[in-house]
Amino acid sequence: MVAATTTWFYACLAEDVPENGGVCVKYNNEQIALFHFARLNEWYATQNECPHRNQMALSRGMIGTQGDEPKVACPFHKKTFSLKTGECLSGDECAIKTYAVKVEDGKVYIAIPG
Amino acid sequence: MKIVIIGNGMVGYKFCEKLLSKEASSSFQITVFGEEIRPAYDRVHLSEFFSGKSAEDLAMAPANWYSDNNIILHLGDPIAQINTTTKTVDSHKGLTVSYDILVMATGSAAFVPPIPGTEKDGVFIYRTIEDLELMTAYAKKAKKGAVIGGGLLGLEAAKAMIDLGVSDTSVIEFAPRLMPRQIDDAGSNVLKAKLESIGLKILTNKNTAEILGSSCISGMQFSDDSKIEVDMLVISAGIKPRDELAKLAGLETGQRGGIVVNDQLQTSDPSIYAIGECALHRGMIYGLVAPGYEMAEVVAATITGTPKTFTGFDMSTKLKLIGVDVASFGDAFLSGNGVQSIAINDTHKGIYKRINISADGKTLLGGILVGEAEQYNMLLQTFKNKVILPPNPEDVILGARGGETDTGAGVTALPDDALICSCEAVTKGMICNSVSEVGCETVDAIKKCTKAGTGCGGCVPMLKDLMQHTMKAQGKLIRNVLCEHFNYSRQELFDLVKIHDLKTYDAVLDKLGNGHGCEVCKPAVSSIVASLWNEMILKKGNATAQDSNDRFLANIQKGGTYSVVPRIPGGEITPDKLIVIGEVAKKYNLYTKITGGQRIDMFGAHLSDLPKIWEALIAAGFESGHAYGKSLRTVKSCVGSTWCRFGLHDSVSFAIKVEERYRGLRSPHKLKSAVSGCIRECAEAQSKDFGIIATEKGWNLYVCGNGGSKPQHALLLASDVDEETCIKLIDRFLMFYVKTADPLTRTATWLNKMEGGIDYLKSVVLNDALGMNALWEDEMNHHVATYECEWKVAVETPEIRKRFNHFVNAPEEKDPTVHFEEMREQKRAKEWK
Ligand SMILES: Cc1cc2nc3c(=O)[nH]c(=O)nc-3n(C[C@H](O)[C@H](O)[C@H](O)COP(=O)(O)OP(=O)(O)OC[C@H]3O[C@@H](n4cnc5c(N)ncnc54)[C@H](O)[C@@H]3O)c2cc1C
Ligand code: SF4
Ligand code: SF4
Ligand code: FES
Repeated sequence: MVAATTTWFYACLAEDVPENGGVCVKYNNEQIALFHFARLNEWYATQNECPHRNQMALSRGMIGTQGDEPKVACPFHKKTFSLKTGECLSGDECAIKTYAVKVEDGKVYIAIPG
Repeated sequence: MKIVIIGNGMVGYKFCEKLLSKEASSSFQITVFGEEIRPAYDRVHLSEFFSGKSAEDLAMAPANWYSDNNIILHLGDPIAQINTTTKTVDSHKGLTVSYDILVMATGSAAFVPPIPGTEKDGVFIYRTIEDLELMTAYAKKAKKGAVIGGGLLGLEAAKAMIDLGVSDTSVIEFAPRLMPRQIDDAGSNVLKAKLESIGLKILTNKNTAEILGSSCISGMQFSDDSKIEVDMLVISAGIKPRDELAKLAGLETGQRGGIVVNDQLQTSDPSIYAIGECALHRGMIYGLVAPGYEMAEVVAATITGTPKTFTGFDMSTKLKLIGVDVASFGDAFLSGNGVQSIAINDTHKGIYKRINISADGKTLLGGILVGEAEQYNMLLQTFKNKVILPPNPEDVILGARGGETDTGAGVTALPDDALICSCEAVTKGMICNSVSEVGCETVDAIKKCTKAGTGCGGCVPMLKDLMQHTMKAQGKLIRNVLCEHFNYSRQELFDLVKIHDLKTYDAVLDKLGNGHGCEVCKPAVSSIVASLWNEMILKKGNATAQDSNDRFLANIQKGGTYSVVPRIPGGEITPDKLIVIGEVAKKYNLYTKITGGQRIDMFGAHLSDLPKIWEALIAAGFESGHAYGKSLRTVKSCVGSTWCRFGLHDSVSFAIKVEERYRGLRSPHKLKSAVSGCIRECAEAQSKDFGIIATEKGWNLYVCGNGGSKPQHALLLASDVDEETCIKLIDRFLMFYVKTADPLTRTATWLNKMEGGIDYLKSVVLNDALGMNALWEDEMNHHVATYECEWKVAVETPEIRKRFNHFVNAPEEKDPTVHFEEMREQKRAKEWK
């Protein structure tokens, strides 16, 4: 659920994001990984930092599914995280933050809670 | 019911976890008091704190786990007193909490022998994260270290000292040998030699009389009047159960410490239990985590209405010292009374193995492994389950001679109730069940489902064996499928992609797979598509199906920057090109290093600088070195006949020719090659996937060698062939490999798995047993004809080039979290945590 106080942050144009891949969005001093899962016709956003070794790398990871769960694999050691819930799917890393995303008129917005 | 737990260590935590898993516990009110300021962490892997693990990494569960499960956790607040009459406990900070059942899991403290001077600065113990933090700070100014105690923990502490940079460290042991309780003299000698080779000094038969120094330690004086200089000391002379609270409350304790418990782990007050290292059971303190976990289970089950008993525990151990394997199991020493012992003592390799077997030679009673402990798990199981030994019992420590050891037959011989993971008490039956009934088909899934392998991790190789055997038994693993998205092996997929003429990952997935792909099939399929069609890998929407290194045509390094490796064929480079590399590295502030494959690696490039760097390199005549790809890396060469007085042929020219032929060929794994100008083999061709050595009459071609983690010598495929034939043979060999190997399988492993081995390979490549040779040569010629430098295409294609930015919405900004440190006049990546 998106809380009432959410602000929608304009990230980039939809066409700036490669299909079935991710980009990194700068939001103030934060880095958000934004993914266009074209095969599912879905957009996802998570923190860019991989909690395993604190690397700003998730946006460069490969995305895919495990069963029905969409996921991203960190390029460093292939830890995988659910794009929906942020939960770590391979081992016991802590979960990552996720954000809601909407696309309007070819523009991508990320929900910043607050 | 109110449960209070004193101590939030490994066992106290495990008790909470076990308790929650029992249904009857839902109505319990659970309160935990911990003396340490952190929630329970993995003390067994404490030393990993020095190899980069953080306190959070070591945590058994995050702090919110307790509140999420309605457990009230008071950290940094030790219990000061137990009032058995009112059934309450008083904490140090003044809380009073009443209990129906009290569980003491207070663990133990390091035992510090009464040596004068132990209070001096620079004297440490090794038990908690705080101890390690204090050591880290102090080690910065220490040069000479010492550890009192040559047991399991002492040796671990000594290794930690080396890791902390105190490289001149001595281990001081009172007994005549190391690990006196686990291994015998011969084993100790081998261990000693191994430890000395990593730089430790070992002093046995040494009794410390005094710790010298004014306020800080400066040396140690021994009872034999010898002395050594020391500026940092760790005392690891054993453990002392924390029974002080129990004593104060009038509970029965042992003479030499420990809270006395019965088989239900009840203390002398029936509503108080003691578990873990503080409990004294039948005269025994268990200083290992597995028995503690078992105790936790017994009490959790008992108080939730299914009484269990604790009747003792096997004390087999494997030391986790990095670089030296040591293990002992069962009765390691026993001799006499018909017991036979068989030992191998290879002082040259530094391996000692001993097994003790029954008089009739049928059962294993115990043993010791030093220097190589690969067989530990299997031996432990053989011992615990009284599996009948083979007719030549020495085979179990020698390994089957010649050929691969079949650990597989081993696991099938075990009974279902064999305890595979002793940390979590998981049996073979439970693991097999998780595979056959629950459907776990990866080791990770088994870990999640059964918890096996999540303690010390020693049983993980067996989990894998058991999983494979169970799946095979179900007729599953017969098909070695890629992943959940493709029901084909790589080889099958390779043929299908070709037949259906598929050129993108998505097309392959739509036609031949299901679901939406993952990090396993994406790179595997991308590699197949690239091997088959040799089209630029970032085109046609294939970029996001590439492994991340391929996607950015560079190797990601610590901190998220990339390395740049231009091709330097055969290792030959002109002075002008060297200057260009120097200039580029300077301009973009890159760390430079010569690689193992005779080229130059530039590290620390920001993503957005990569295209600019490559533009400059390409302008100077360089091309991609494919260091990021599963493809041909280098063809190393010796200088050969153009300069070398022994050289038979021009190895450099041949190496360049070979490198330029196979550059860019995508394969199941990386490929390395080398050419030597004579049998002196200066280019080390016999350690490569394919290696060429000049002979009087031509060239010898060797294949399937490997350096890396499992070195293997290459085998001779053909001798005295001319250049042209040699190239043809390599064409066929490589295409056969590219087509049939599993993903991420080097040529050496591929050959090891091949039925018929090198003889079969010869029949295919030399005698055309499959009738494929002509086709493979054509395919290779197609590859050569269509090769183009990927980086050239990338910098010249705007859609590809624009992906090389860190921020999509601020392309001009670099990743601000990238930091470097200085080192030897260059930079290095900042260490990660
Ligand atoms: C460096 C090192 C390496 C080891 N390696 C291995 C290994 O390879 N294999 C193996 O099996 N075992 C190993 N061990 C031993 C293993 O860590 C212990 O067996 C295990 O931690 C015991 O668990 P425990 O809960 O009984 O005690 P602990 O983990 O010591 O926990 C007891 C906790 O209780 C707290 N406490 C004490 N008194 C009070 C009080 N009055 N009030 C509140 N809290 C209190 C303590 O501060 C402590 O946090 C190793 C230990 C160390 C130090
Ligand atoms: S391998 Fe032979 S030719 Fe090459 S450098 Fe060594 S000695 Fe000279
Ligand atoms: S040997 Fe290990 S540390 Fe060294 S480069 Fe290879 S992977 Fe990295
Ligand atoms: S840093 Fe992401 S998996 Fe290791």
